[in-house]
Amino acid sequence: MAALALLLTTPALAETVAITGGTVAIGDGSAPIPGGTVVIRDGRIVAAGQGVAVPAGARTIDATGKWVAPGFVAGFTRVGLVEVDAVDPTNDTVARRSPYSAAIDVVPGINPRVSAIAVSRVGGVTRAIVAPSTANMIFAGQGAVIDTGADPDAVTVPHAFQFVELGEDGAQAAGGSRPAAYLQFRQSLEAAQRYARNPAAYNGDSKDALLTRADAAALVPVVTGKMPLLIHVESASDIRNVLKLKQEYPALKLVIVGAAEGWTVAREIAAAGVPVIANALTDLPAAFEQLAATQSNIGRMKAAGVRVSIGMNNEDDARQARYAPQYAGNLVALTKIPGATGLSWGDALAAITSGPADALGLGGELGSLRPGRRADVVLWDGDPLELSSHADRVWIDGVEQPLVDRQTKLRDRYAQPEEGNLPKAYEY
Amino acid sequence: MVFNKGVFAALILSTALAGCATAKAKPQTASTERVPLPYKQDPYPSTYHAYPGVPTLVTNVTIYDGEGGRINNGQVLFANGKIVAVGQTIDAPAGTTTIDGTGKWVTPGVIDIHSHLGDYPSPSVQALSDGNEATGPVRPEVWAEHSVWPQDPGFSRALANGGVTTLEILPGSANLFGGRSVVLKNVAARTVQAMKFPGAPYGLKMACGENPKRVYGSRNQMPSTRMGNIAVDRQTWARAQEYKRKWDKYERDGGEPPARDIAMDTLSGVLAGDILVQNHCYRADEMAIVLDMAKEFGYKVTAFHHAVEAYKIADLLKANGVCAAVWADWWGFKMEAYDAINENMPLLQKAGVCTITHSDDANGIQRLNQEAAKALANGRRMGIDIPDEVAWEWLSINPARALHIDDRTGSLRPGKMADVVLWNGNPFSVYTRPEKVWIDGALMYDALDPKRRPVSDFELGQPGEGDVK
Repeated sequence: MAALALLLTTPALAETVAITGGTVAIGDGSAPIPGGTVVIRDGRIVAAGQGVAVPAGARTIDATGKWVAPGFVAGFTRVGLVEVDAVDPTNDTVARRSPYSAAIDVVPGINPRVSAIAVSRVGGVTRAIVAPSTANMIFAGQGAVIDTGADPDAVTVPHAFQFVELGEDGAQAAGGSRPAAYLQFRQSLEAAQRYARNPAAYNGDSKDALLTRADAAALVPVVTGKMPLLIHVESASDIRNVLKLKQEYPALKLVIVGAAEGWTVAREIAAAGVPVIANALTDLPAAFEQLAATQSNIGRMKAAGVRVSIGMNNEDDARQARYAPQYAGNLVALTKIPGATGLSWGDALAAITSGPADALGLGGELGSLRPGRRADVVLWDGDPLELSSHADRVWIDGVEQPLVDRQTKLRDRYAQPEEGNLPKAYEY
Repeated sequence: MVFNKGVFAALILSTALAGCATAKAKPQTASTERVPLPYKQDPYPSTYHAYPGVPTLVTNVTIYDGEGGRINNGQVLFANGKIVAVGQTIDAPAGTTTIDGTGKWVTPGVIDIHSHLGDYPSPSVQALSDGNEATGPVRPEVWAEHSVWPQDPGFSRALANGGVTTLEILPGSANLFGGRSVVLKNVAARTVQAMKFPGAPYGLKMACGENPKRVYGSRNQMPSTRMGNIAVDRQTWARAQEYKRKWDKYERDGGEPPARDIAMDTLSGVLAGDILVQNHCYRADEMAIVLDMAKEFGYKVTAFHHAVEAYKIADLLKANGVCAAVWADWWGFKMEAYDAINENMPLLQKAGVCTITHSDDANGIQRLNQEAAKALANGRRMGIDIPDEVAWEWLSINPARALHIDDRTGSLRPGKMADVVLWNGNPFSVYTRPEKVWIDGALMYDALDPKRRPVSDFELGQPGEGDVK
């Protein structure tokens, strides 16, 4: 990940802070640690756990009776690309009339000031994996990893991955069938290989060329395995097809997104070593590609050895990354239901922190309170997965963040609906 | 602010009752006998029947009675499909099945006042998409029950994961007048008639705002603006008044019956107070317009649905006795949802408005208890200290009031339908799920018994048949 690390933007330096006395959750799958200490210096985690010494000169924050956890890493979202979904000029997830596909890069569409970034931050989400959506080709383009800080630099890792649809949506994008989608996939990878061999000779304007020069160039790091390829599929059949691609193109660094029927082929996924980012609570046959959907999907995949984490590939993906703890908590609830398979509390937290970071190869950098990671830390007034809990304080890269958004301002204005001596418009 | 819990609960209960008045008997015509209508008003009658149950006593359990009451370490007894008693200790007759509820909670079944299960079922394919008759903005002639597919697997998820025992299925919101709703018991059945809640009044789905003006404006038809929405509404109500006058005259004087208009039958029923207006509306200013329109034409809005800006006019809703059925935290998916806040429910409750947690979603309906829990916590965060047992009204008695079925279900009052959920922990915790769900005293879901789990025809022979979901 050395090359990737160079791409990471540098956070502002910050002071040394020790958060003491709280229940500390590391985010690596381990159980929460009562009476722990978390030390942050220069925007990084120094140490977290029991028996951690408070460095001299550190500013101490008492977390007695509270919880300290890594900020949530929203596993698959469109956060930052949208202000209001149905207001087209504010929605940069998809370009239906663009001639480009794989070359599309979400970075210029990431607006640090969209409301969803502040709302996510207030909800304890500090990083998000952001993908474009597919339009006219199966390849949607290049996604990024962002932070939710109240500053102008949202992008943590640009060009973090390529995203492609190969299930029902892929079939539609390819003209109407899965065979057409797989043909387009193979032809596109072949075009990228041709481009890589001799960029000057690649003629993206010729009649037979499937990809523009820019699209072919964008797929080069995918075929060489330098850039992860996130593939959205749901059905067991489609998952098996994707695993076969791994045999055909061993260099590909695959991550499966969705996988509603993953539990039915969990051992095959585990054997292939392909990480999965799944929706947590999909339990309806909403499409024929997810007839076997159950909330036990993630628990069963985890039990079979799949590296599985939680994402949000649905209609709320641009705004509700803050649902991550509710999703994770529900998977803990399943451990009490006979016949269901859930996650331990530690694994559930990992599924919304280190899990998504690991899936992109960023676990050394993000998603846990292990030493050396970016200091994305949240102080909770209770169990961070519980519905009644709130984020009291949030740090990103060690910098404490404001927890105000349009919603809290509207709440405060209308705490009493009656107007006073002046209209409501004067209360702000 | 912090309220004294007891006083607050009592205050809320009384104001909510005033807000959502219970089903009222139609005033009888004093002297003259009315000419009977030459058509049936209930041509698709309910064939629902309660399934057999056994007299059941749950002991050592925390009880939220659905009307703001709470009993710790209490007991609930139901038999013959009805609640018999709720209390600290109950003398149960010999032969009663006893369930130890230690560490568990009992509540009335959850009632979702806003669902599209059956009319927008799973799988969501075009062939099964039957929720919007979007061929004209005024379609009060369509009835949701004629679209409901009883084999929608969503009903079973709402039961098993959500503890939902009663739900209202509405037409969609593409139209200003979307059609009639239907209230169902959440019992698997071969026909929709066998799910229909016996005696529940019909609703009329209405919609304001973006959806009708977008759907018809994009076809260069009226309405294409909000003023167009209201203009079409008013013209339609004026026609309905005229239609009703003709039929009232017929019922008074007899003679040749007026021409039948199926659409106007529904609106005439609203004007007569027999059909309840369930009004999709997001913005505060639009709700205020609709309230004046209702006064102009002499009908009542029973509940605003979605109502993301209800908190801005909580006082107005209270004064008009209108319920608000809302989400916990949906926001920003369209312009009229831009000003949503997380404290809508607690702010409405504080103002004395009949407050309801609704889903409008096949996933959300499985977690309405969690939606209420989030709103409750957000309210407490701003100093609105509503007790858990009072917040449960959002899930049971308040939706029952807004459906005019609160005399039969929605709380654990003796004599009511035994629609009961045993939760395996605090139902406002993310770690809790239904353990058992009874409908009319019959055990319809048991987490401990794989055979007490409905599996729809659609799911037979498919991967995952009979699985936990």
